[in-house]
Amino acid sequence: MNQTGIGARVRRLEDDRLVHGRSRYVGDIKMPGMCDVAFLRSPLAHARIKAVNKPEGLESRILCAADLDGVRPIVAESTLPSYRNSEHWPLARDKVRFVGEPVAMAIGRNRAEAEDLLEEIDLRLEALPPVINGAASMAGDAPRLHEEWDDNMFLKLAVGQDPANAREKADVVVTRQFRTARQVMNPMEGKGVVAWWDYRDGQLVVTTSTQVPHVIRNGLSRCLGIDESLIRVIAPEVGGGFGYKCILQPEEIAVAWLAWTRRKPFRWLEDRREHLTAGANTREHNYSVTAYADQRGRLLGMDAEVTVDVGAYSVWPFTAGLEAAQAGGNLPGPYDFREYRCQVNAPATNKPPFTPYRGVARPGVCFAMELTIDAIAREVGREPWEVRAENLVPADAMPYVNVTNKHYDTGDYPGSLMRAKDAIGFDQVRERQKTPEADGRLIGVGFATYTEQSAHGSKVFAQWGLALVPGYDEARIKLTPDGGVEVRVGIQSIGQGLQTTLAQVASEILSIPADRIRVLMGDTGTTPYSYGAFASRGIVMAGGAVSRAAEALAERIRVMAARALDCTPEQVRLEDDRVHGPNGSLSFAEVGHIWYLRPDELPEGDRHGGLEVTEAYRPKTDHGVFSYASHAVVVAVDPRTGKVELLDYVIVEDAGKVVNPMIVEGQTIGGAVQGIGTALFEEVTYDDQGQPLSSTLADYHLPGAAEAPHIRIQHTESPSPHTAHGIKGVGEGGAIAPGGAIVNAINDALAGHGVEINRIPATPERILEALLGAEAGKENAS
Amino acid sequence: MKPVKFDYLPARDGAEAVRLLTEHGDEAKCIAGGQSLGPMLNLRLARPAVLVDLHRAEDLAGVEESRDAIVYGGAVRHADFEDGRVPDAARGMLPLVASRIAYRAVRNRGTLGGSLSHADPAADWVCVMTGLGATYLLRGKKGVREVAAENFIQAAFMTELAPNEILAGVRVPKLSDSARWGYYKFCKKVGEFSQATGVVVVDPERGYCRVLVGALDSPPVPLEPVAEALAADGPDGAVAVLDAAVDTALGDYPRVNRQLYKVAVRRALAQIGATQ
Repeated sequence: MNQTGIGARVRRLEDDRLVHGRSRYVGDIKMPGMCDVAFLRSPLAHARIKAVNKPEGLESRILCAADLDGVRPIVAESTLPSYRNSEHWPLARDKVRFVGEPVAMAIGRNRAEAEDLLEEIDLRLEALPPVINGAASMAGDAPRLHEEWDDNMFLKLAVGQDPANAREKADVVVTRQFRTARQVMNPMEGKGVVAWWDYRDGQLVVTTSTQVPHVIRNGLSRCLGIDESLIRVIAPEVGGGFGYKCILQPEEIAVAWLAWTRRKPFRWLEDRREHLTAGANTREHNYSVTAYADQRGRLLGMDAEVTVDVGAYSVWPFTAGLEAAQAGGNLPGPYDFREYRCQVNAPATNKPPFTPYRGVARPGVCFAMELTIDAIAREVGREPWEVRAENLVPADAMPYVNVTNKHYDTGDYPGSLMRAKDAIGFDQVRERQKTPEADGRLIGVGFATYTEQSAHGSKVFAQWGLALVPGYDEARIKLTPDGGVEVRVGIQSIGQGLQTTLAQVASEILSIPADRIRVLMGDTGTTPYSYGAFASRGIVMAGGAVSRAAEALAERIRVMAARALDCTPEQVRLEDDRVHGPNGSLSFAEVGHIWYLRPDELPEGDRHGGLEVTEAYRPKTDHGVFSYASHAVVVAVDPRTGKVELLDYVIVEDAGKVVNPMIVEGQTIGGAVQGIGTALFEEVTYDDQGQPLSSTLADYHLPGAAEAPHIRIQHTESPSPHTAHGIKGVGEGGAIAPGGAIVNAINDALAGHGVEINRIPATPERILEALLGAEAGKENAS
Repeated sequence: MKPVKFDYLPARDGAEAVRLLTEHGDEAKCIAGGQSLGPMLNLRLARPAVLVDLHRAEDLAGVEESRDAIVYGGAVRHADFEDGRVPDAARGMLPLVASRIAYRAVRNRGTLGGSLSHADPAADWVCVMTGLGATYLLRGKKGVREVAAENFIQAAFMTELAPNEILAGVRVPKLSDSARWGYYKFCKKVGEFSQATGVVVVDPERGYCRVLVGALDSPPVPLEPVAEALAADGPDGAVAVLDAAVDTALGDYPRVNRQLYKVAVRRALAQIGATQ
């Protein structure tokens, strides 16, 4: 039995350096002569740039758009019908379109000096009326963000068909409006980039805090107009990505341009205020949902409209259309019904460009769908779990193609819900609710079930219109002379423990313990191509590539060892950290020794390919594979203050074959806590001029340790038939369901008060306002 | 964000601090724990040319106890109260309040005088010291003058302190053995600023009774009808007049906020025995 193979609870190889503060992030990199860059950012949401006047003598240290010779704008192509591109210049030209948009940059010996220089710039703006939300953007007389367009729409898409039969047959019709707040992703480490010219290699080296080094190399090549061979992108340790570090950013281009043109090191480190303003770029959805059901609450069809407030520009490579298109495609979730229509709108607004965040659209659609299910249950007078269970795709229907052509591969969705219901002690909660609590709080229980499409295949990405379609991931693997292993992958670790899990995959095949397997990543100069770490694709795609490469290496080891063991390659087995033949065995070091140090022992004319192999991998199908989970939560709501406490939280998840249960648990808990932020705390607020009002962490509330409940996790395993080892992705899932589960629980608690919350975050103010409103309504009526 | 350039001048004692402040006039600002000023400097909202650091001034970090009061130096830290390194004048109130100020990292550095001088209406000490009827000792060029807590804050973030004065100490009257107090703050999450604070201090032996609502847009507001009812009829009597008193005092606030203020005071009253 391999103690460090697939399925083992191996301790993360990363943690020693991380918890001791010994790793190296962008902010730890020092280069001789390095200058700091600071950006002058637009103070207005929408304005025409009349002038950027620099003080005399500082022309070389302060730069604006006109100075960036040769730079091209960020343009994210998409093949989705009706989609429009935007031109996003690294430093704004002509107009600024959100508060925080970079207009100029200053170069200082340190950051403080660079910020001093920014204060010397005389920026002349002519204010234009701002477009501050999706509805305002779609109004006929709305000011245009991009004046060459004839309206403000990045995308308008009609998904599905009119659910006419469902409407006709329905016993019950439920209509609701749902709303999710704009959020900021807030990785612990902000964005940062250090770029310099490497004279020996003749390359521009861009060290950047990114999830996707190979993709950034491609993007920089486009926007700087130089060959990819002239660019090396290195992602050092990255302190959280969540999607924020998955796109090409204007500051990356500007700093790279400085290093390219001046042949010196330059650095920019985002601070938290920049992040909370210019990075306020995600999650904001508005839904209008009408669901048709029979008298038992069985869903017949849905008619929906979703509007995603996508901000001012289209991000590269994911576009301003991806989130909205995914929302339209994913709203039906894990449910079995056959009639569906969704109008998808992606209007431009004077806010930072929308960037997909952990869960991509699904935290919004799950919130809307799960609240709809509970609303149906209340309408038909049944328990939400019953109605939910009867509507979920049953296990015996797998594989199942849903109403938006998602191919659900394996799993028991109702089974996971029932396990969650038992684990949360549903019956005891219902019993407890019969007696008022001593402290006057109201108890509620809620559920949410979702699917998480992971490792979306090439065709799925192509359907979303992306010009850059992720597909194969590559891995290179090498047996070292002393019998150790080096794995090189282009994917990047952003905290998810891939060095551990990829080592486990290699260990599983080679039988070499994981602690002798080095996984090297995140450097386009030393690793084969990968699209990077996003969309819960890492362990499926890079894991598959490592698996494939390790198999190929194992084959070469068998061939080499067969000569020494005097047998055929087919007779050689790799087991227990040794290479076995019928009549003896070798250590891996002995195999390495032959190839690297004593090739004279090999027969002359031998054409063995060596002990280093690169392989590419793509799953058998292009549909993506579906993880899923059910969340169950018990809340206590204080009706006098509106404050919510999470008393208990259960997650029953299924990520196919689990490579390392501890890592799945860590990912699930981390995601769930971010989801708790979405559900209860996090919200970017703006005034009517589009000024962000939450520009520090005193105003933008993140969940902390005290707000995170003890989350109890149960694993189930439904391996995918389509992937290496049956693995599915799990990185995003935890963040998807908390909004739905928690607000369902809040509404369960408030059921006796004639109140329904349909908007997140469910802050004390919102809950209290609803309760006071209901009370006032009652008084008026009586 | 990095601060604009400033000169850093550590003061050995309160007298030197006053001298340095006088010398540099409006250009200078005091820093002690830096937990409020630090972020303002980094955001460039505060742009002093000179920072006079009080945190090494030993005479500001001391405590003087007399028969009926304790004077806490302005540079005593929140954690000193929390950990019992300084005596408590208020029968458990000061350590408890201190232990719930922001986060431990803030409490390790933040000071009593710094918090009061910053004059954020939501700050714990601002409400509690007003509730206890404390007196602030403002040290300037001509010596020390005394200002009652309720007269110290003029408006949010504005105080009686002259540019060359420091808040050298806080005199807190000792509560009698029969005194009782209640303190409740409503925070969205642990460690965040209060959105509604209720303070109740009743000390019959000294004929002292005060009920305050805090974390307003302005300094804490005494709810005199509630205090009178508390003195006359006890906690339940106070609760009976509470809602009307808050509606009168805070009529301009939205109903959600008024509700939270009522709850904060009611829960403070519950701590001294209100049953409603």
